[in-house]
Amino acid sequence: MATAVIAAPPQPAARKFVKLLRDGDKAAHLITLIFAASVFLVTVFLVYELWVQSSPARAKFGFEFLFSKSWDPVAEKFGALPFIYGTVLTSLLALLISVPLAVGAAIFLSELAPPKLSNTCTFLVELLAAVPSVIYGLLAFFTLVPLMRIYIEPFLKKNLGFLPFFQGPAYGYGYLTAAMILSIMTFPFIISISRESLLAVPREQREAALALGATKWESTWQVVVPHARLGIIGSIFLALARALGETMAVTMVIGNDPAVHASLIAPGYTIAAIIANEFTEATGELYQGALVELGLVLFLITIILNAAAQLLIVATTKKGSKHD
Amino acid sequence: MGRTKRRNLLNNVMLALTGVCTFVTVSVLFVILGFLVWNGFRSLDWNFFTKLPLSAGETGGGLANAIVGSGITILISIVIGVPVGFLGGIYLAEFGGKTFPMFVRYTADLLNGVPSIVIGIFAWTVVVKPMHSFSAWAGGFALSLMMIPIGLRSTEHFLRSVPNSMREGALALGATKTRTILTVIVPAARQGILTGLILGVARVAGETAPLLFTSLNNQFWSEKLTEPTATLPVMIYKLAISAYDDWHRQAWAAGLVLLGLVLLANIAARWVLSRGASVQRG
Repeated sequence: MATAVIAAPPQPAARKFVKLLRDGDKAAHLITLIFAASVFLVTVFLVYELWVQSSPARAKFGFEFLFSKSWDPVAEKFGALPFIYGTVLTSLLALLISVPLAVGAAIFLSELAPPKLSNTCTFLVELLAAVPSVIYGLLAFFTLVPLMRIYIEPFLKKNLGFLPFFQGPAYGYGYLTAAMILSIMTFPFIISISRESLLAVPREQREAALALGATKWESTWQVVVPHARLGIIGSIFLALARALGETMAVTMVIGNDPAVHASLIAPGYTIAAIIANEFTEATGELYQGALVELGLVLFLITIILNAAAQLLIVATTKKGSKHD
Repeated sequence: MGRTKRRNLLNNVMLALTGVCTFVTVSVLFVILGFLVWNGFRSLDWNFFTKLPLSAGETGGGLANAIVGSGITILISIVIGVPVGFLGGIYLAEFGGKTFPMFVRYTADLLNGVPSIVIGIFAWTVVVKPMHSFSAWAGGFALSLMMIPIGLRSTEHFLRSVPNSMREGALALGATKTRTILTVIVPAARQGILTGLILGVARVAGETAPLLFTSLNNQFWSEKLTEPTATLPVMIYKLAISAYDDWHRQAWAAGLVLLGLVLLANIAARWVLSRGASVQRG
């Protein structure tokens, strides 16, 4: 035994390495690991860069940046409030319009429509999720803006003008126009994911409700929808995250006015839109830092919403299914 | 009696309303796209594909440079993004343990949710700033970041759906793990992986925001990859917000071409997947 140990010479490090490479599995493991790790590292690096590049603005303004209303690049005064306000307002308005419509459509597609019609409609709606946002912007710019200016905004002013939300001149550009195009863009997300979670509700739940004498609507609204509520809420969160980060369509119709207006038909600005418009022109560390910090704020908001949406969707679609 | 009547009425009204919701959402989407197709076809001509943009006020001209530029930036994004997505996906599905793959998966989902304009800022800080120039490289890099999560997760998903018996069969015949993956598992999942790739390309093909300050724009041909490069989505944006009718016409034409390409890619992806599924079943 002892002689055998002495006889085996210790392998030099170089030979060990050659053997490791010849042994394909370990090499393959290593190579694929490097690529997988690069995804992780790039994402970490992204966060790091946003943090570092925004440091001039963070050092100068601190938390006041988030609550200051003034945006004056010439005087080097930067505040994020008009943009945060515009981003949140347009996205919430968009959901106010799209949630009832899209959830209604999802209920129809999962509960009433025959599977063939349901699958065809869902296929078409999902295809529309692939339409690039600049194309929605193009359409909104040439159709929705004139429509708002000539018909809808004068109508709102005439009938609801006593409210602070519908005052001021009708430009066609503004919060409401942006919200409308955003609502159209969020339809596909809400419809397809809500439908999935409604279909995942076990058949017995529906049958039990109907057997107890509930009408179809009562069974749907009081049993099926509550059962799928987490998935539906998840889809709304996802749509909200999309709407908040949406750039092109909003940039083309928001009106680009860095101010806080109560009127929904007034022009405004969003975080994504100001970055898109001013980033290439931004001269000076502070100006650029302020824009990057806006990007950081947007990043944090959407990441939190996305994570919440993922958790909710995973929690509901794990259960049984109705058809297909 | 009154109560039953009321319940039935409510039932009918609400169910009808959900039908109306479906009709409204689906038709709104189709009306606006129909409008694009109508305007696009009216504006499309041969010059669009062969000529350079003309200066303001002149009529005619096309977006040949933007079409080529889009092709180049997308190609760069494929060269960077596909290996990372594909090999990373193999790691997650075949080699990974428990904790580290979970981190990678989570960050991939996180990256997928990052607003495209923020991706643009990142590409600007790591490519444009050190190179001191807007370039096709920077645009391609930004697009690859949007493609990677889709490629990664779809590769992993379709590799995992390959039955374990196939892995065990190959290993039992004496194949190494690498050989098993390359000759058995990846070929079995190729339709799915191809679908993920096409969907990834289709997604980045229409992205505008990450290109605004990476590849910028160009009225002329770009001779090198280190020069600002025109792309279709950015051109649509710039032409649409301009003040000239002929530029608006070009924007409609470009919108139609871009939409056609993106939808075609999406339908192709679904077709590849459905064909693969039927082959496996039959």
